Amino acid sequence: MNDAITVRNLKKEFKAYSSRSGLKGAFRDLLTRNYKIVPAVNNISFNVKQGEMVGYIGENGAGKSTTIKMLTGILTPTSGEVIVNGMNPHKDREKFVSTIGVVFGQRSQLWWDIAVQESFRLLKKVYKVTDEQYDSHMAHVIKTLDIEPLLDKPVRKLSLGQRMRCELAAALIHNPPLLFLDEPTIGLDVLVKLKIREFLKEINEKYNTTILLTTHDLSDIEALCERVVMLDDGKIIYDGTLKSLKEKWGEGKEIEFQFLEEVDLSDLNKITASSEVKWEKDDKEAIFTAFTEDNDELISLLIAKVVADLKVKDINIKETSTEEIIRNIYDRGIS
Amino acid sequence: MDKYIEMIRIRFLMMLAYRTNYYTGILIYSINIGAYYFLWSAIYGEKDAIEGMSVIQMSTYVAVAWMARAFYFNNIDREMAAEIKEGKVAVELIRPYNYLGMKTMQGLGEGIFRLFFFSVPGMAIVSFIFPLQFSADWTTWLFFAVSILLSFLINTQINLLTGITTFFLYNNTGLIRAKRVVIDLFSGLLIPISFFPVWAQDILRFLPFQGISYVPSMIFTNSFSNNEAIQAIIMQGVWVLILIMPIQVLWIIAKKQLIIQGG
Repeated sequence: MNDAITVRNLKKEFKAYSSRSGLKGAFRDLLTRNYKIVPAVNNISFNVKQGEMVGYIGENGAGKSTTIKMLTGILTPTSGEVIVNGMNPHKDREKFVSTIGVVFGQRSQLWWDIAVQESFRLLKKVYKVTDEQYDSHMAHVIKTLDIEPLLDKPVRKLSLGQRMRCELAAALIHNPPLLFLDEPTIGLDVLVKLKIREFLKEINEKYNTTILLTTHDLSDIEALCERVVMLDDGKIIYDGTLKSLKEKWGEGKEIEFQFLEEVDLSDLNKITASSEVKWEKDDKEAIFTAFTEDNDELISLLIAKVVADLKVKDINIKETSTEEIIRNIYDRGIS
Repeated sequence: MDKYIEMIRIRFLMMLAYRTNYYTGILIYSINIGAYYFLWSAIYGEKDAIEGMSVIQMSTYVAVAWMARAFYFNNIDREMAAEIKEGKVAVELIRPYNYLGMKTMQGLGEGIFRLFFFSVPGMAIVSFIFPLQFSADWTTWLFFAVSILLSFLINTQINLLTGITTFFLYNNTGLIRAKRVVIDLFSGLLIPISFFPVWAQDILRFLPFQGISYVPSMIFTNSFSNNEAIQAIIMQGVWVLILIMPIQVLWIIAKKQLIIQGG
């Protein structure tokens, strides 16, 4: 199968201007300005196969949006090679962009002052979609996203959730084989999120649409993507399945205890001194958490020891959540 | 081509969405025409003609210049600046159309809207109030139509150029304002170019501005002979062609070093 996206040694550098301090500095800035060259995306390579759903994650400022902008042909790379849908995005821009759909969560692509259906009509002409194609495809999209009653309203009167569903529909008017979603669920309530996720899964199955998704909401990724690409400081630090990311980084388990009596951390450390356990205390709720290896016997041993010595009110065994794993990676870096 | 025509339609809808703008526009233009009419009447006083133009020709000139302005004038430079500043240009670049072409079409949509719902009725009203002189000669009307279309193109091209500079300057509000004043003055909207000192006229002859307002207004008031009119129209056409080059060059450079602001 052909790759939808091929990226090799991609690099994008920006000039970052810095202002000198004070009035004198401001006058000097009028003549010459200090700048340094900052790489936003530093030598990244990856492939995405047709029909894959890939989560593209990273901290704020890691270079996610810059990558998307290069993949969609908006920005010209400083160096490196990008081939998307068999084309060079910034070379044959007009031909290329008709094979992709893009949703920028923070930017509207509908016309603010006019009714949604007028925007759709214009986009239909722009992408040269025939009436039959439009009717068969969009009727379904409109029904699934439940935007029929919104079509005759001007965009400025829609709520964020309503607008986002319309944005998604607008990006799909030409039924593109590749869809870029840049934080599509930002600021949306749970129900709209679920609806959008369901819909994305459906079009992925139905049309084998490739989807590249950036988000800070990891539940989006968990619900949709098998594969994640993680970016930090302009470099790819992880590329693989979400499952193995969890296995590799989320080895430990957490066991939460609540006790009937007053307990000290040192007591607990004494009790479990023989095995490798790290205790933490949440001072508000008096919940004590034991971090330990993911080993069933070890865990039951630990619980047995604690229960034998102290009166327990509540026990809760938790797997490390993806969010926590990612947070750890952001905090400490991978290595 | 379909999509460009559709864009004109969308622009119509947008103009209709903001009715207040439309009404205040009529008011502002009427005040301007009135003010310049009285100013010129005072300047003429008892004189029959200045620089070969009679009072009636002058008031017609003023009225036509402003009504033509409603057609060729647009704010696409400011719109482009806003789109670039807010990073919206990213959305424009992921669409399979020529951004500058689309912007021109938006300007044209706005222009046509104003021509039919603003200039034509406005001109009818003005002609009741002030003594104006309309030509009965169909060639004048033909020349005027061609000329005003070309002035739209020249003005739009200058707007595009100003708009593109936002890519390099990030904030060019001052430049946009300066451009507006320069065009109003040097295009002959405020004072006919023939009233300028000779040395200034010589310089202006080598600039595109007089093709924006002076030429169509002079044609409409029959102040040009047929030959002069044809020559002036050819000059306008030449400027349209010349201005394509810097726009294309700047656009290519701009796209290369484009930075999308605001993430």
